[in-house]
Amino acid sequence: MTPTNLAGILLFLIITTLLAYPLGEYMALVFTDQKTFLTPVVQPVENVFYRICGIDEKQEMSWKTYAFCLLLFSLVSLIGLFLIQILQGHLPFNPEKFKGVKWDLSFNTAVSFMTNTNWQNYAGETTMSYFTQMLGLTVQNFVSAAAGIAVLIAMIRGFIRKTSNTIGNFWIDLTRCTLYVFLPLSIILALILVSQGVVQTLGPYVKAHTLEGKTQTIAVGPAASQIAIKQLGTNGGGFFNANSAHPYENPTTFTTFLELLSEFLIPVALVFTYGAMVKERKQGWAVYWAMMALCLVGILTALYFETQGNPILKKAGVAHGTNMEGKEVRIGVMPSVLWSVITTDTSTGAVDSMHDSMTPIPGLIQIFNMAIGEAIFGGVGSGLMMMIFYALITMFIAGLMIGRTPEFLGKKLGPYEMIMTSVGLLSSPITLLIFSAIAISLPAGLSALTNHGPHGLSEILYAYASTANNNGSAFAGLNSNTLFYNLTLGFAMLIGRFTTLIPGLAVAGSLAKKRLTPATTATLRSDTLLFVVMLISVVIVVGALTFLPPLTLGPFLEQLMMHAGRTF
Amino acid sequence: MKELKQSIMVFVVMTVLTGLLYPMILTGAAQVLFPHQADGSLVMQNREVVGSHLIGQSFTSAKYFNSRPSSISYNAADSGASNLGPTSQQLITEVKNRVQKLRAFNKLPSDSPVPADLVLGSASGLDPDITVQSALLQISRIAKIRCIPPSSLKALIKRNTIHSFLGWGITRVNVLKLNLDLRKIHSHCSHG
Repeated sequence: MTPTNLAGILLFLIITTLLAYPLGEYMALVFTDQKTFLTPVVQPVENVFYRICGIDEKQEMSWKTYAFCLLLFSLVSLIGLFLIQILQGHLPFNPEKFKGVKWDLSFNTAVSFMTNTNWQNYAGETTMSYFTQMLGLTVQNFVSAAAGIAVLIAMIRGFIRKTSNTIGNFWIDLTRCTLYVFLPLSIILALILVSQGVVQTLGPYVKAHTLEGKTQTIAVGPAASQIAIKQLGTNGGGFFNANSAHPYENPTTFTTFLELLSEFLIPVALVFTYGAMVKERKQGWAVYWAMMALCLVGILTALYFETQGNPILKKAGVAHGTNMEGKEVRIGVMPSVLWSVITTDTSTGAVDSMHDSMTPIPGLIQIFNMAIGEAIFGGVGSGLMMMIFYALITMFIAGLMIGRTPEFLGKKLGPYEMIMTSVGLLSSPITLLIFSAIAISLPAGLSALTNHGPHGLSEILYAYASTANNNGSAFAGLNSNTLFYNLTLGFAMLIGRFTTLIPGLAVAGSLAKKRLTPATTATLRSDTLLFVVMLISVVIVVGALTFLPPLTLGPFLEQLMMHAGRTF
Repeated sequence: MKELKQSIMVFVVMTVLTGLLYPMILTGAAQVLFPHQADGSLVMQNREVVGSHLIGQSFTSAKYFNSRPSSISYNAADSGASNLGPTSQQLITEVKNRVQKLRAFNKLPSDSPVPADLVLGSASGLDPDITVQSALLQISRIAKIRCIPPSSLKALIKRNTIHSFLGWGITRVNVLKLNLDLRKIHSHCSHG
């Protein structure tokens, strides 16, 4: 951990924040139906879109209708993507003549992309045709991310509306997010990426005759268009198997910076959107600082331990024991660690190094970030929603301490809101722990491991932490393209997605009906340092209480073993 | 049912918009604006593709700067890593073997530490770069076999060096570029 590294990290965080603030304000305009600089260009397209799809722009939805549309749309997406994969052998844009994808893998992948997880049990360049990559996967990169943001915006409306039965229109939120936010940003980002060397072609794979006289087949494809939205929408599903470690997916040091920036940008911006929409920007900043503090602790801890290197490698003759296994030279150690923390804070799950080969403590930070529900900025939409759940719990606990009915942003919190919040917060830890327990008890679970000893437990924990929270990154040594894992990971993704979004909408619907309680001197304000500290404590306490035992047996134990020179 | 019809229509229209129009327009724009990059930054010699500047290729012979170990043997139709963890017996055994081979190959003392990137596999299996230390370490071997003065190899590495910026990226050389330049240097070996 050198001053140079710290300066590099600080530069990254400052640039992200400087770009995220105006973007957040812009998104607030988009979702409150106000004019933006893009309105003259986009609105005509938007109107045609509504006309074709039979959407009434004036219609408002109750939370139940909103949730019903979300579920129906997700189901249609799931079936559509499943069929595209199964049938890809008969579809165009398939120069490498890939056959249809097997049913269980198709199911897993369809769930994975529809839920914004983008867990990859397949290798893109050896499995998916260009048709599937574009019309199947790229589409879900857009709409699953837009659906996440839509639900968050609906939840924010629950706080700002008074005695209202509606929280917005799902179709309009989804469409506006895609047309005003994702498409313009993706076009710009994709073109910059191509200029740096990311491929964008429909041509077949290239045959090269190398200097040493061998033949090398080089996979190419329409990658840049997919990678742009993969990063911006906190999706994370790579065009290539090695994801953003692949030189065609992330060719330079500059693109590493840019891609990491784009996966962090919208989650940070949404915090400012929230501040702007509730018309108290200090609320946004309070959440920003709580998230940033947790984020920084994760980055610094992971970086400290990874740059210590691996004592076993040092003994074997590797200079400084530097852990370059699973890392790229143009990316380097610091950006690999920084990326691994940001990608698990946000629910992106894209990787530029192999997390499985990192030293144990960075692995622990990654699992912890996901297991607490990805509340540290989090996935587009779902992350801030998760942090709002934590904020409601914080207010509830504080309310108990001072003997007052808890409130948040002027809305009184009753039993219904607290039950829904608990469901939203606890369903994914329960899913992750139960599925992990099943996997380590069955031969079908254990036979997929590449690594043994404590690291094997970490591999399984990581898989379910990642899927139950819709992250999608992996300790990729787990050979999880099996019937057992395709199905259990698939269900974990479904549970993780909808037991967060639906309770969020329920809370929104219930709060929108309530009137505003005027603030008094006894009101616990949610834009103060006191609140920020309490919020951080609640996140850490909930996470630590839930996950201390498995994390002790996995990464902690491995850290001790590594220093004792034990191998497995 | 109204909502189901809307779901299907939104899915279809979004598929056309973000799955067909968007990537097609981008492919067109990319092919016009940056055709070399969009097609893979390929390196041509005598009208034949010899590789891509961005995609690493296997270099194991003594007369070239060697590339990093790759768990997929630089098969660029695929990509990926060993995914072996820090306490993996298999990883440590492989690394010990590679360290010994590297020392013998370059006539290094048997206790000298070796640069990590030359004995540990990359994330993509296609890493096009090695660190400058890893390149410098190979100078004496290549100088001898090609009968080139070490100083000109040093200058070659210096010309090809890409620097780290505030911890972003390691100071490095692109192995294919370096070896293409190396081939241009005239050999002084009497036996040709």
